Amino acid sequence: MTARVGVVVFPGSSDDTDAARAVHLAGGEPVRLWHDDPALYGVDAVVLPGGASYGDYLRGGAIARFAPVMHTIIDAALNGLPVLGIGNGFQILCEAHLLPGALARNQHLTFRSRNQWLRIETSATAWTNAFRPGQEVLMPVKHGYGRYVADRRTLDELEATGRVVVRYLRGNPNGSEHDIAGIANAAGNVVGLMPHPEYAVEALTGPSLDGLGVFTSTLKHLAGAPA
Amino acid sequence: MARVVVDVMLKPEILDPQGQAVANALPRLGIEDVSSVRVGRRIEIEFNGDSVDPQEQLARAQEIADKLLANPVIEDFTIRLAEAGSERTDVPA
Repeated sequence: MTARVGVVVFPGSSDDTDAARAVHLAGGEPVRLWHDDPALYGVDAVVLPGGASYGDYLRGGAIARFAPVMHTIIDAALNGLPVLGIGNGFQILCEAHLLPGALARNQHLTFRSRNQWLRIETSATAWTNAFRPGQEVLMPVKHGYGRYVADRRTLDELEATGRVVVRYLRGNPNGSEHDIAGIANAAGNVVGLMPHPEYAVEALTGPSLDGLGVFTSTLKHLAGAPA
Repeated sequence: MARVVVDVMLKPEILDPQGQAVANALPRLGIEDVSSVRVGRRIEIEFNGDSVDPQEQLARAQEIADKLLANPVIEDFTIRLAEAGSERTDVPA
């Protein structure tokens, strides 16, 4: 049976169509979820897409975190539902306390849009198990608030428990602590990424096809592969 | 009517590149004696009705700030009551 992957649409989401397309290209069935509707319609996984939910007012993700659909997603994530947040979606996961830390303004104050080399640090998550640990991949980054910050204890814990999922290579685009581009929760089902895998799924438009692995990972995970 | 004012600032240990950019611009104004600038956000809240106890307003503003207005990972906030008219918030430019 084809896995159904929900893609949430918030007011101000801009990458939801591309995220849904990436799910489709990976072999899954994308299902649009609406921010104001708490129902998840039986989806097997959820993507919180990039963009500027609620205009990024106050802080990126701060208002989206209280959307009706997020109440359901937070409960489901705590019970093991695979959830991926990309860009603004990563900010929402931090605001919702599903992931530790926060994403602050880029150190150089510049919105950074470029193709970025990354290293996949662990395959032990529901969103990276199709990669080899140490694999180098190329995906776009595009953000003004992507600098990952957390207190030293949190950073030490993330490093010690293998929860730094992706790191920036050959140049840190935002001043992120420990060159962190993506992290996971302790169970490995919730992952936040600042780079955009959904824009690296087709030769015509992307710098690589490396992003597909993120979406095939969760399909593999749902088919029973260990996280 | 009482108004509650919430000031949100980045924690001292969190780099504030926006404040640094402002500080770096000051010499262009001929101002050379500023050692630090940090940029924060001020939020004003008014509750319905006049009868709400000010202490209760402060408590509820505290809850609002804790849950939504500030991100405790990177920001601190302070809360105070400001009587309407007691301070000018609409100073003409």
